[in-house]
Amino acid sequence: MSTKGNGNRVRVLVGTRKGAFILESDGKRRDWNVAGPFFGGWEMYHVKGSPVNPDRIYASQTSGWFGQVIQRSDDGGKTWEAVGNEFAYDGVPGTHQWYDGTAHPWEFKRVWHLEPSLTEVDTVYAGVEDAAMFKSVDGGKTWAELSGLREHGTGSQWQPGAGGMGLHTILLDRSNPGRMFIAISAAGAFRTEDGGASWQAINKGLLSQYIPDPDAEVGHCVHRIAMHHARPQTLFMQKHWDVMRSDDGGSQWREVSGNLPTDFGFVIDVHAHEPETIYVVPIKSDSEHYPPDGKLRVYRSRTGGGEWEALTAGLPQEHCYVNVLREAMAVDSLDRCGIYFGTTGGQVYASADAGDTWLAIARDLPAVLSVEVQTLP
Amino acid sequence: MIRVVIPMHLRTLAKVDGELLLDVSAPVTAERVIDVLEADYPVLRGAIREHASRKRRPWLRYFACEEDLSHLPPEQPLPEAVAQGREPFFVVGAIAGG
Repeated sequence: MSTKGNGNRVRVLVGTRKGAFILESDGKRRDWNVAGPFFGGWEMYHVKGSPVNPDRIYASQTSGWFGQVIQRSDDGGKTWEAVGNEFAYDGVPGTHQWYDGTAHPWEFKRVWHLEPSLTEVDTVYAGVEDAAMFKSVDGGKTWAELSGLREHGTGSQWQPGAGGMGLHTILLDRSNPGRMFIAISAAGAFRTEDGGASWQAINKGLLSQYIPDPDAEVGHCVHRIAMHHARPQTLFMQKHWDVMRSDDGGSQWREVSGNLPTDFGFVIDVHAHEPETIYVVPIKSDSEHYPPDGKLRVYRSRTGGGEWEALTAGLPQEHCYVNVLREAMAVDSLDRCGIYFGTTGGQVYASADAGDTWLAIARDLPAVLSVEVQTLP
Repeated sequence: MIRVVIPMHLRTLAKVDGELLLDVSAPVTAERVIDVLEADYPVLRGAIREHASRKRRPWLRYFACEEDLSHLPPEQPLPEAVAQGREPFFVVGAIAGG
């Protein structure tokens, strides 16, 4: 199946621990212009452009000192305007589990993920910590919680992962406007069919060593979910341990870790034109969180998982001890699909040939939190 | 006028330089200073005080006249030197991390 793009340029949106950066190139993706830092000194958890108008970009700017700011650009990132930053839970939010299993009150901390609507330029979704989903229909000026998720009934059992209890993945289904998938560390994955009013936990088939009940509805530390827009029933997941896939919209999962050197990792993504070609970056865990053997390797499967090949050309193959965080991989939709990822060492790597060869397009940025790509006319 | 100094990141956010001069009616309390600051610069809402509780954010402190005034009761006036504009009121970020 092919869904070739018709772009000529790419714009890479990079969020880091100390600001945001925008990298642009033509379709050859060899020479890059780097702009930034934008919002220097702030943690930029996520920067993402609207599919409706690529010059509309939303950014999550956050700080332990000064809280949350949402920034919006209407000129492709040249200028920015701070919009709304009030994320108020609907009603009395109650408690979730703390690390030690005690009840802990829900507290808003930051926005992990911004997902602009596929059809409305002023509509954007936000995944936040402590885990909840918000929606804005006025370009980020005001936010309302889609509280059906937090009030799903299992919320009191959700527990933070090591990085906090964040809602980090939001997938929109192009073929069904009411359908969305989200993932929370460490609650699991959820699906809505009604635009976020009600949600179903979709974690059957997931096994986690620390959960004794093999049928536990929630509690799994899902790191990332990916979907090809042409096959919205097929989902791929990088869990704390295990790479998984589902072919029924998440109702049932099966493991496809296959011959990976370790099935721990954070990122996972799908080739823009080949729905069965997927990418992960295996990471050694539980304690180290760096690539096995000091070799930074992207693994590609052309069979939707199970059989994996290491992609190493252009990537450091000795003394490399960076991590690749969950938001830090993206793909473009040029005819020859480009793959991008960022590291905690401040490198952003790009492949203009679907992963066969790699080039560091930025090398010394602050630790990279997120990478998104826009394919531009 | 009340002289107010805010941290660099908040000056950048509010697109201002140097000290701010705020028209705060008596009695001049920390809460009233921040009320006026937020009214004049709405982008700072939520950055110094939490939106819902209006409590000072935990990693920020209020200083003036070489004193930590962070825990003054809300109704207690700031020192006369601040109210008369002779000394600035500082919003300071806690020193932590790298």
